[in-house]
Amino acid sequence: MKQKIAQRSVQAVIVLIGVVLLTFVMLRIVPGNPIETMMGEHADAATVARMTAEMGLDQPLHRQFFRYLFSVVRGDFGTSYSLGKPVSLLIQSAFGNTLKLALFAALFAWTLGITCGLICAVSKNRLPDRLFMGFSLLGISLPVFMAAMFLQYIFAFKLHWLPISGTDSWKCFILPAIALGWNSAGQVAQMTRTALLETLAEDYIETARAKGLGNAGVLLSHALRNAMLPVLTMMTIQFSSLLSGAVITETVFSINGIGRLMVQAISGRDIPLLQGTSLLATSVVILGSLLADCLYSVLDPRIREES
Amino acid sequence: MPGGKQKQIEQAADLRVQSQIGEEERFRDLMRRMARENKTAVFSFFLIILMTLAAILAPNLTPYDENSMDLMHRLSPPSAEHLLGTDEGGRDELTRLLYGARVSLLIGVVPTLLSLILGSALGVLAGYRGGITDVIIMRAADVTLAFPSMLLAMVIMYSLGGGLVNVFLTLTLVNWANVARVVRSQTLKLKNSEFVEAARIIGVSEGKIMRRHILSNCLPTLLVLFTLNVPESILTESSLSFLGLGIQPPNASWGLMINTGRQYLYNAPWLCFVPGAAIMLVVLAFNFLGNGLLDVLDPRQKKQ
Repeated sequence: MKQKIAQRSVQAVIVLIGVVLLTFVMLRIVPGNPIETMMGEHADAATVARMTAEMGLDQPLHRQFFRYLFSVVRGDFGTSYSLGKPVSLLIQSAFGNTLKLALFAALFAWTLGITCGLICAVSKNRLPDRLFMGFSLLGISLPVFMAAMFLQYIFAFKLHWLPISGTDSWKCFILPAIALGWNSAGQVAQMTRTALLETLAEDYIETARAKGLGNAGVLLSHALRNAMLPVLTMMTIQFSSLLSGAVITETVFSINGIGRLMVQAISGRDIPLLQGTSLLATSVVILGSLLADCLYSVLDPRIREES
Repeated sequence: MPGGKQKQIEQAADLRVQSQIGEEERFRDLMRRMARENKTAVFSFFLIILMTLAAILAPNLTPYDENSMDLMHRLSPPSAEHLLGTDEGGRDELTRLLYGARVSLLIGVVPTLLSLILGSALGVLAGYRGGITDVIIMRAADVTLAFPSMLLAMVIMYSLGGGLVNVFLTLTLVNWANVARVVRSQTLKLKNSEFVEAARIIGVSEGKIMRRHILSNCLPTLLVLFTLNVPESILTESSLSFLGLGIQPPNASWGLMINTGRQYLYNAPWLCFVPGAAIMLVVLAFNFLGNGLLDVLDPRQKKQ
């Protein structure tokens, strides 16, 4: 098992380097000198040349890449063009908000999703099942920005129950978290239902029942525990879509997080900032799926015993 | 695409390949079975047809012009004259919605087709050739899939700039990797099957084996991927346009309509919620249809 984890870690590092390369190339093929774009039309040629040399943009592309790669390894993401601060500092101050948002959203999605999935599996093909499954499809089809604006319109603007935007108190995170978690909740619900139904058809469930274990006992201690495995792995992978959604949610609710920083980077044509933020988000996703793999092999005795 | 769905498609595809050597249900029979068993999927199919027709026939369906301003009637709520109200320029919202459907549906279909072509070509190549080709293609797929799809789309859109063609390109580059993975795993299974072996022995060329014998067997799976990737593309584009990174005015997709309507959320909420509902409806319809197809094509479902 240790060998497998090591193998996956090496793979993750390779993918990570690929990610750095891809963002690097994508952002260098933008036409025009970024310094000129940044300084506006009236910049004098001498200053542009000096700045270009200072940032190493006049060097050959491969040298620029390795220079960037090494500075990234040291934790230095360069200086933001538009905000004039080190990118690592900007990311540090924004990361907390995004993390808070994502955690609240995940909490909401997983509680709601697992509960709904459980209810559906128990009442297979009856009214509650159909109702909740329709609901979960609605959740999957609802774009994050629609959920966000709808919640903002109803609960903040019309009813005044919760703040419209900001990050001042935990109340500010309720609506964004629901908007962001809505999608994942639908997915978790469907996954839980499918996994539970599959598990409930297994022989050992029959055995447990034959031994006289009640419905609740079978469901909670035998079925749910085993059905949670695929759901758990999916949940770690879901962090990826939560980060995608965070861009939108943070924009709608004016939360100063990584997603909003990315949007700012794009509108300010700020390459170091965009590179830094996307690199961070992608690393989180890669780490998440690595974690999911490890978790899976630790939790599933069949895989654990194999090696 | 949601992780669970991707897995289900892969498993269903693998099982199909394994069960294929025996009797193969003809495609027409599969469709008949779906029509019989899954009314929601059928309903969704007709809904999609209806929306496509409405988009094509937009000029015939509405008396208003898409872009003609009427500043006397800005932001007027839904009425008999303007069924869905008017926007910030006094343009009829229903008309904008119908024309927007053209752009949004096109964005759903074109990049999905392109990514299917690119993804299946690379997938079959990786699976059939193996070796270094496989390593390079699949590592590229890994890198693509490592990005949260929205972030990758944002980075590519940034370097290409906005506009319809660039949206097509971006969504193709975001979606190909999923397709490549599924097609590769099917190719690996099919490569060693007897009929491919037989074809190889009688001297059929490599390219022809890949096209005729392997890809044609992947078609049902590709159909499911198509149906489930269309709503994904529509959602990604509308998110991009919502941030102002996608389609550029005067073209209007539903996402862009929501982006402009957002400034008037509090005094003219219909400007956001009407195109939003349209997006949901299309996405829901494609999801229902895709799930229906997946159920029919999944051999496990047949046994039950």
